[in-house]
Amino acid sequence: MNFEFTEEQLMIRDAARDFAQRELLGDVIERDATATFPTEHVKKLAELGFMGMMVDPKYDGGGMDTVSYILAMEEISKIDASVSVIMSVNNSLVCYGLQKYGNEAQKEKYLKPLARGEKIGAYLLSEPEAGSDATMQRTTAEDKGDHYILNGTKNWITSANSASTYLVMAQTHPEKRHHGINVFIVEKDSPGISLGPHEDKMGMRSSDTHSVMFTDVKVPKENRIGEDGFGFKFAMKALEAGRLGIAAQALGIASGALERAIQYSKERKAFGTEIANHQAIAFKIADMAVKVENARNLCLKAAWLKDNGKPFTTEGSMAKLYAADIAMEVTTEAVQIHGGYGYVKEYHVERLMREAKLTQIYEGTSEIQKIVISRGLLRD
Amino acid sequence: MKILVCISNVPDTTTKIRFVDDNKAFDKNGVQWIINPWDELALTRALELKEASGGAIEKISVITVGTKDAEPVMRKALAIGADDGIRVDTEAKDAYYVAMQIAEAIKDGGYDMILAGIESSDYNGSAVGRMIAEFLEIPSVSSVSKIEMEGGNISLKREIDGGTEVMETELPFVAIVQKGIALEPRIPNMRGIMMARKKPLAVVAPADGDALTEFAGFELPEAKAACKMVDEDNVKELVNLLHTEAKVI
Amino acid sequence: MSVLVYTENWDGKFKKLSYELVSYATALAKELGTSATALSIGNVDETELKSLGNYGASKIISVSDDRLANLVNSAYSKVIAQVAEKEEANVIVFSNNFGGKALAPGVSVKLKAGLVAGVTALPSSIEPFTVKKAVFTGKAFANVVVKSDKKVLSLARNSFGISETDNNAAIEIFTPELSDGDFRTNVKDVTKVMGKVLLMDAEIVVSGGRGMKGPENWGPIEELAELFGGATACSRPVSDEGWRPHTEHTGQTGKIIAPNLYIAAGISGAIQHVAGVSSSKCIVAINKDPDAPIFEVADYGIVGDAMKVLPQMVEAVKELKAEG
Repeated sequence: MNFEFTEEQLMIRDAARDFAQRELLGDVIERDATATFPTEHVKKLAELGFMGMMVDPKYDGGGMDTVSYILAMEEISKIDASVSVIMSVNNSLVCYGLQKYGNEAQKEKYLKPLARGEKIGAYLLSEPEAGSDATMQRTTAEDKGDHYILNGTKNWITSANSASTYLVMAQTHPEKRHHGINVFIVEKDSPGISLGPHEDKMGMRSSDTHSVMFTDVKVPKENRIGEDGFGFKFAMKALEAGRLGIAAQALGIASGALERAIQYSKERKAFGTEIANHQAIAFKIADMAVKVENARNLCLKAAWLKDNGKPFTTEGSMAKLYAADIAMEVTTEAVQIHGGYGYVKEYHVERLMREAKLTQIYEGTSEIQKIVISRGLLRD
Repeated sequence: MKILVCISNVPDTTTKIRFVDDNKAFDKNGVQWIINPWDELALTRALELKEASGGAIEKISVITVGTKDAEPVMRKALAIGADDGIRVDTEAKDAYYVAMQIAEAIKDGGYDMILAGIESSDYNGSAVGRMIAEFLEIPSVSSVSKIEMEGGNISLKREIDGGTEVMETELPFVAIVQKGIALEPRIPNMRGIMMARKKPLAVVAPADGDALTEFAGFELPEAKAACKMVDEDNVKELVNLLHTEAKVI
Repeated sequence: MSVLVYTENWDGKFKKLSYELVSYATALAKELGTSATALSIGNVDETELKSLGNYGASKIISVSDDRLANLVNSAYSKVIAQVAEKEEANVIVFSNNFGGKALAPGVSVKLKAGLVAGVTALPSSIEPFTVKKAVFTGKAFANVVVKSDKKVLSLARNSFGISETDNNAAIEIFTPELSDGDFRTNVKDVTKVMGKVLLMDAEIVVSGGRGMKGPENWGPIEELAELFGGATACSRPVSDEGWRPHTEHTGQTGKIIAPNLYIAAGISGAIQHVAGVSSSKCIVAINKDPDAPIFEVADYGIVGDAMKVLPQMVEAVKELKAEG
């Protein structure tokens, strides 16, 4: 058993922290208020190699392990979860899926620019009527010999407008139910793709979320990933890895709120002393810290399992479930500790609370995680 | 051409300063260590010069005097882009001792330009760079806020009390640099971090010699009296207090 | 045995800084049972040289050599070391300013004399020789023992003050031995900052932070500084935004100053900023946020909008001046 990080892991954590402090903190409140996409910020993130940090260097990635990824995601999420969700989708859903299941030609053409961060990726699974139940895909992909024709609508797509490379799940053989689903690499500027309006979200407002409509979109056959009917398995495997990114994001939102609460409680005075000296506040901080530490350990354990080639489905779900739930609790308490100041935007914690809520919903709701965990435990 | 940048391992600038052993030693417990901010800017400028030199600057080396604890910041310097590093394996006792160790370690290294930060944020000695030049008997320019290289010509801007001067110098030389030398330090990228592990970081034994000074003990500043608040509608009273009570105007 | 003090001049004139150094060296010499000798390099007329005696120097050594028109680290250090040896000085005192930082370490190596930079007081003990200096950028003090026979000290600004005495000091001309090898750096161009009081020299500094909202609002800061005969400064975000030049940035990585009065307007007082100004004798904070950390280090504070408070302050200072 060894809880020490390596020199590189610490360097990555520090690099992410420096980046967040220097490049994100300055305008995070304004970008949140105006729902402005962090174009320049993502570009700089890419220059540092954070957009494809786990991709094999052979495909222009950073070649880092999942533990490093967790550390980086935590640091960036402490300051700005809108940026970290763009980073998470690109790294652990899109790049991960392409590297693991794509063929050489697909990796050469699509993975490399994504790993370099020159292009942004999006993952298109959810539909208006297929969220948690992803088996019910209504988007269709009709096999036309050397190409497919896609029709349908995808919902809640992170980076829908700023991404250039889409991974799209669509049904080819409805009679085979989820075994008939395929996954395609689709270029966003393909004819027939249109976007719904920018979703006016409660939190993570600086990331762009849209619905995406496909009307007779032609996709060459070589853009299908894996065998015919592999799409559902692909979707689930990618989500398994993606979950770790969101778990770390929730962790970062919580630990960012904790840091702010600690700092504030040592500065703010009430009844003649810093509020940190009041037990009501001190105990809140203790409870928050235990939750954050637990979430961090769950995230790192799941990442360690993944890095060592061991199954991590159950642990990943535990990390995502727990981190998201405590992110909601910890940010709520952080607002409470800040009192009235916590309720205004200047002090960041209200934003962290809004951001925390989404981590309980996307990439598998807390309820779905409980299904995954319990099935893992109860299956014969 | 070869550049050497001297690196000091210092506590993060936001560290809460505490002492242990009856106030005889700095409390290193829980401290986050960083590259001394001025040294980090020096390294940044060195990298910029190398990148713009079209191959004329072939190598940037970094050196530190310190125990194994100093290795993470050296590794970071390599991750940022230095090509190789030297660590003189001994405690950094005082400026004289550190400068002597560096001079001994590099005297045959063939460095043309040696950069050092104007001070370190821990013991604020403001001396190592200038002392290295004296040990090696090479020219030095202090408080340098700009280094430009065009062709083979190096021009340095130094701050003096009352203005600035543009300087030229013979090689090799030491430039003692201050803020302004580079805009902001670089954040290492993934590729750099990965490559850092493969770059050479030599550990050399210290030369004979001793420090000329030592710390007898430390103290924290006395707590300041509470701030006297004046109402915002009574600015006149503040001015009166500054005049009659503080006697500063 | 003696104490040698290196006094800097600017176009032939000494500044308060030089007199503070001589005052310190004189007090130190007294404790050591010896006298202070002042060294001046450059063209300084006799009356000006004599003025050093008014602060206690019993001898003034003047070095005038055309090659020394500009600061050359190696040549200057050599001259100082030669004078130190001739005078059998066992302590050599510098200012901890740009000049001191360029020369004291060189002299230290040449004489194998332990250096303490940024000394804030007379030695607390002569045997062992122990002096106090600020460390961790003003967040703590260290007592440093100098083990070598000879010592080099550089004095932190405004830490000792000036004490005048009546002393008719003798002036002695010294001709140093220098070779071409001592002049391997060359000044090509000089830019003097004229007219304005320099930030490092200013007794009163008026400084603005992000709370000033933009460079167009610096009017009252400049006006106030001018009324005081002081200088303007700013916090790091302000110089990073380009609202003010980098030369005005005070703080950990900018200039570290110790004026008599530091007025922080719209500066929250991040620890890095405070590190650069905490040695100021008196700090006034003006900030909208009553919880801003600047109030922790301030002596006087006003909770309010700096942009409204400063113009009122300008008026109040004008009134005070009118009253004489």
